[in-house]
Amino acid sequence: MKFSENWLRELVEVNADRAALAHALTMAGLEVEELTPLGDGLAGVVVAEIVAAEKHPQADRLQVCKVDAGQGEPLQIVCGAPNARVGIKVPLATVGATLPGGIAIKAAKLRGVESFGMLCSAKELGIDADASGLLELPLDAPVGKPLAAYLGLPDASFELKLTPNRPDCLGLVGLAHDVAALFGSHVKTVAQAAVPVSSEARRGIRLEAGKDAPRYLGRIIEGIDLAAKTPLWLAERLRRAGLRPINAVVDVTNYVMLELGQPMHAFDDDTLDGDIVVRHAHTGETLKLLDGNEAKLDEGFVVIADEKKALAVAGVMGGHDSRVTDATRNVFLESAHFAPAAIMGRARKLGLHTDASHRFERGVDPGLPRRALERASELLLAIAGGRAGPVLVAENAADLPQPVPLTLRRARLKRVLGADVADAEVARIFTALGMRVETTADGWQVTAPSGRFDIEREEDLIEEVARIFGYDKIPTHSPSGALALAIEPEARINELALREQLAARGYYEAVNLSFVAAQLLSSWGFNERVVPLANPLSADLAVMRPSLLPGLVEALRHNRARQQGRVRLFEVARVFRHGPVGREEPGIHGLTHPQAGDPPVETPSLAIVASGNARAEQWGEPSRTLDFHDLKGDLDALIAWGGEPERWSIHADELPSWLHPGRGARVARDGETVGYLGALHPGLARELDLGPDVHVLEVALEPLLARRLPRATAIPRFPAVRRDIAMDLPESVSWSRIEQTVRGTLGARLRELRLFDRYSGKGVEAGRKSLAMGLILQDASRTLTDDDADHWVREAVNALEQTCQGKLRG
Amino acid sequence: MEDLERRAAQALAAIEQADTLDTLESLRVGLLGKSGIVTAALKTLGTLAPEQRKARGAEVNRVKERLVDALATRKAVLEQAELDRRLASEAIDISLPGRDGERGGIHPITRALERIASIFARLGYQRVDGPEIEDDWHNFEALNFPPHHPARAMHDTFYFGDGRLLRTHTSPVQIRTMAGRQPPIRIIAPGKVYRSDSDQTHSPMFHQIEGLLVDETSSFADLKGTLAEFIRAFFERDFEMRFRPSYFPFTEPSAEVDIRWETEDGQSRWLEVLGCGMVHPNVLENCGIDPERYTGFAFGLGVERFAMLRYGVSDLRAFFENDLRFLRQFA
Repeated sequence: MKFSENWLRELVEVNADRAALAHALTMAGLEVEELTPLGDGLAGVVVAEIVAAEKHPQADRLQVCKVDAGQGEPLQIVCGAPNARVGIKVPLATVGATLPGGIAIKAAKLRGVESFGMLCSAKELGIDADASGLLELPLDAPVGKPLAAYLGLPDASFELKLTPNRPDCLGLVGLAHDVAALFGSHVKTVAQAAVPVSSEARRGIRLEAGKDAPRYLGRIIEGIDLAAKTPLWLAERLRRAGLRPINAVVDVTNYVMLELGQPMHAFDDDTLDGDIVVRHAHTGETLKLLDGNEAKLDEGFVVIADEKKALAVAGVMGGHDSRVTDATRNVFLESAHFAPAAIMGRARKLGLHTDASHRFERGVDPGLPRRALERASELLLAIAGGRAGPVLVAENAADLPQPVPLTLRRARLKRVLGADVADAEVARIFTALGMRVETTADGWQVTAPSGRFDIEREEDLIEEVARIFGYDKIPTHSPSGALALAIEPEARINELALREQLAARGYYEAVNLSFVAAQLLSSWGFNERVVPLANPLSADLAVMRPSLLPGLVEALRHNRARQQGRVRLFEVARVFRHGPVGREEPGIHGLTHPQAGDPPVETPSLAIVASGNARAEQWGEPSRTLDFHDLKGDLDALIAWGGEPERWSIHADELPSWLHPGRGARVARDGETVGYLGALHPGLARELDLGPDVHVLEVALEPLLARRLPRATAIPRFPAVRRDIAMDLPESVSWSRIEQTVRGTLGARLRELRLFDRYSGKGVEAGRKSLAMGLILQDASRTLTDDDADHWVREAVNALEQTCQGKLRG
Repeated sequence: MEDLERRAAQALAAIEQADTLDTLESLRVGLLGKSGIVTAALKTLGTLAPEQRKARGAEVNRVKERLVDALATRKAVLEQAELDRRLASEAIDISLPGRDGERGGIHPITRALERIASIFARLGYQRVDGPEIEDDWHNFEALNFPPHHPARAMHDTFYFGDGRLLRTHTSPVQIRTMAGRQPPIRIIAPGKVYRSDSDQTHSPMFHQIEGLLVDETSSFADLKGTLAEFIRAFFERDFEMRFRPSYFPFTEPSAEVDIRWETEDGQSRWLEVLGCGMVHPNVLENCGIDPERYTGFAFGLGVERFAMLRYGVSDLRAFFENDLRFLRQFA
């Protein structure tokens, strides 16, 4: 909402300067977004007429003008403006004046010709951005009159950022009520006379849209003269509100909308056939709008029609064919009330946003149509002449919103605000805001004016009191209410601690957007159960990520392209997939069992990507490229933290297509797959333009955060014995199989099995490997003798020889 | 006798000059060993008369003690010198970098978010979360946004084909929390939110923290107090602060909070940092909480804004580019 400060001050007395007014508005919830001072420092600038103009003898672009500034003798002024010509009225800065831009006007010689002042553009005067030529004033502008007085300057354009609950402030009279309440003043009542009716022209109005359009007023004004120019004062008010003057009819309806808040429309009466019909559109009905576009309508729209055709989309925009043109002589003025619910979203559906739809969808005072119609008639008759017909009224009283008195309890006001507001102040605030107030035993009964759609219950009245009283006067206090102690489960690792742990292991946390390109997902092979957006910003941000890895690998690529060879990143965020109906899936609050029609499953996930050297470049140890087991070590450390490594297992089968089939693993907890890790599949790596060293890990977060609550047991009383053996085994026998074999053989007396060397090459047959392992044996009931130890090691070796084709090395 | 004295004097001089432990050891053997001068002198004692023997024995022992002392002293000196030499030879360059001392870091958004969450945790706010894919009821209707209401236009919403949407704020967690329990309630709900808007100052995904307190006594004054304490705790300094009336469908009265922020050129301006208000009674009723008995307040803040102010980040987009040169600044 943009408006002229002077106009507002004409409607309500404000005992404060511009800055104080702006501050008070902002602090009352009517935020001043922009404040543009207009026409400051125009002393010495007067209205002048160019009475003669000749070419400058020395310069092609300059003219030597004789200018009448009401001082008797015409002044000689040298001027370079392209529109300087005899007969126009323009602003003259006289000698001694200083313009807003700082130019001091002195008598001067320009290319040898004397000049006594300067003719000015709007920009030079600081009242508009137009610098294309001299500001041309109306031809009836009085010569010699100070320009500021003539234009009603200085002034300022205020632009308010209004919240959707305050449509009443989209008209200056409504805004004036808030100002009155803020400054302890009153809105000046404008005498509202009905214009004399001097024509019998009329049309029937039929309301057929029920509660969507409960009130419609119209009037025919015959014989207007559209050549008539809008007076300067009105044009200036429009301009300072950001609207360009167009013609008398448009300017008047715009002016009334700004003044009262009532959007109006004018039809060329000669284009109408029979009665005005306010009805719902038919599905498939179309209408060419004022902007030239064809609107496709349906039954959700209300249209203004005549007996043959739709004329306008109610509350949104008029039609092209019934519009007022330069040739229009007879107009039909419309001033109606449409219910907000009938207009909400309709303009948007047509790809439009108009001054009318902006107001109607927020709510326009149903009491305004008659007042607005009379005001517009008055202005139009004064400007463009014509004969006004009778006011035509159609309304369904039952469908009009009725003002409801609301109760405000003194105790409730104090409880909600935590502040004491004096009774007299409460009553004053409501009265100044145009509300009807009655005092009751424990508070007030308040009836809001019909334009205040935001006043629906007691809390809304409390807000009004708080707003005008001032939020800054409400005390500052700490809550003293009851507190329910939140219990933090100990058997769960804190998510921040997990992130810090990864940071301690050398990883940086990344945050990627939750949506990725379908194309990228397709490269990774994520094609099933994905969740696309219906209205994505772009194709690159079109699908909710089903995995953190595609985005995280892109981040790795971003860094590799910026000379960062060794990149280690992790991310913790949710991934999104449609659930496999009937199968368990880890969701945000544990396992879920998706049913058809359920929302997509959101699973918090942890992902890691790493490339480059295993360790940061250093002087003390040879560098080595990162491999599978580096990442597996990170996973092992996280699993160990939970205290239940026995519930976790990793498997070489059922791998996703994006993993290297020989260097990837599936991670399971209690037998359920919860993630994957390994080297990126070389094909995918090539497609993404990455080397073979990129390793990735993604595991559902919740299983990683699960943690065993410790339960202490007695420390073993008898010492452990360690025996080391080296076994020669086929490459195809996995460590986990060896471990199972040894554990199966030795049972509980094997406290630990440590692999401390792995060798293949010279001295070991091709296709075989040598593993050195330490067996740590312990018995809970006695000290093991050397003989015991030797016996059990022999058992283990036998088992490995029999089931794993192992050979004990010498 | 003079002979022993003379030889002892020579031996003491030799001990003093011995410059290795080996030399010293051979001196010791020569003096105190089986064929040493002391042993020889003791052997002669048997030839003396008993009365002489005692005096002579005492003399020989004195000489022996002097020699033993001298040997021990010299040995200690030589051993110390040897140790000093060895330690000197073992010196390393302690200025070389340590092994595997590198570390990563958490993201600045996480850092700011956790700082905020921990401040509220100390005030007794429990941390809760909710889904990012929401339905219209939780994101809008239960929060008092009627269908097509212009207030919805302030939330550019991402939709899915089935009418579900990406939450545009963390406020739906209020609904989910209140629908499941009765007051007293103190919660904060941090998380990702989405708006279909992308330019220099808007990211289609960003982070919010929602706070909610509902009990039998809370008032707007309590809301002011809580947020003033929070701002002071987060920035570790006092700010000029103002509460400005605003509009959110789910709070009444509603406010925006501005702090007086000094820019680098020494200017200061009001900067909007969060939105808040008293929970609208319609919202309490939508969740089955009696608004006559209970009142409450809610607030919502943008984590990126706080991270930018706290750590001097000037470009919002830097948070989502994951450039290590940026991330390393927050390790």
